[in-house]
Amino acid sequence: MSVLPYAIAGWIFLAGLYGLATSRDLVHAVGCLSVAQSSTYVLLLAVGYRRGGTAPVFSDVKPGVRVVDPVVQALALTDVVVGATVTALLLALVVQTAKRHGTVDPDELFELRG
Amino acid sequence: MSRRLRLGVLAAGLLATAALLAAAFLELPAFGGARHPYGDRAVEASLARHTANTVSAVNFDQRAFDTLGEETILFSAVLGTVVLLRQTRGEHREAPEPASVPPALRRYGLAALPVTLLTGLYVIAHGQLSPGGGFQGGVVVATAFHLLYVAVDYRALERVRPVGLYEIGDAAGEAAYVLLGAGGLLAGAAYLANVLPYGTFGTLASGGTVPLLNAAVGLEVSSAVVVLLAHFLRQALEIEGGGERE
Repeated sequence: MSVLPYAIAGWIFLAGLYGLATSRDLVHAVGCLSVAQSSTYVLLLAVGYRRGGTAPVFSDVKPGVRVVDPVVQALALTDVVVGATVTALLLALVVQTAKRHGTVDPDELFELRG
Repeated sequence: MSRRLRLGVLAAGLLATAALLAAAFLELPAFGGARHPYGDRAVEASLARHTANTVSAVNFDQRAFDTLGEETILFSAVLGTVVLLRQTRGEHREAPEPASVPPALRRYGLAALPVTLLTGLYVIAHGQLSPGGGFQGGVVVATAFHLLYVAVDYRALERVRPVGLYEIGDAAGEAAYVLLGAGGLLAGAAYLANVLPYGTFGTLASGGTVPLLNAAVGLEVSSAVVVLLAHFLRQALEIEGGGERE
């Protein structure tokens, strides 16, 4: 069963992609992109897990205690920050699209307008 | 392309991706394994530099240059959002009506505000010691101000939140990070090298440049979130009448 955590990350990613491709609403699509992206948090933390390890913070445990991998945790932090900012930028684009075209259904957006 | 054909293409793509992912996952080291060469070295380096929180040591010392890139992504995304959410032609601003708030909510919000603000500042200041740091604490600080919007109303929020000041704060946080990096060059080491004394392990002043970089990031993130939310709220509450709406 040691593949299960990785498989969960893959499943979340595919679920996000499915939602993104079948979306009828741009706000929903941005949400689906966030779902797809959150699979990378699960994957990173699964890669870094060490059985019986605690958090890699040595303020209340002695150095030498078994800890999980701090490198992937730092990468997950980067991931969260970039994900949040990209979501904000995309939602701002959706607001503009709704204003210019009067719709947020991607199927009804077929022409460019200045 | 018809909807059914599109779903077929999508199913084929998803199945192929799933197969590739499954093949890759089967080759990965087993979950929970003991071998983490990078993790072990990161912990060693972090302890050698008297930084109790290894995640902060990785982000603000060992990978400090990458974090500069990450901060710049945040900075540019905020800039892009501010440009996108400006008031356009044919739109005008209307001051929103004050809304009535249940007294219990108001009391709770006002009581939670100082606690939230202090927690955020604590999380930023203790980034080198305990879980947290500039990114996490910055978001908590920005949340504290927005309790005013939830508990009182939009005008109360606007009074404590001059957006111009926070835009300057956003830029100042980014600039502080860049200049702290240049401090490494002045000391004769590499850009963003940890050149300050490492201090006593487990105290506020430990970790060399880590707490300073954390503070810079905390300033930028809290200002950036305030600016972002300010523009979204203005768009939702104040700006009326789209010019080209059908």
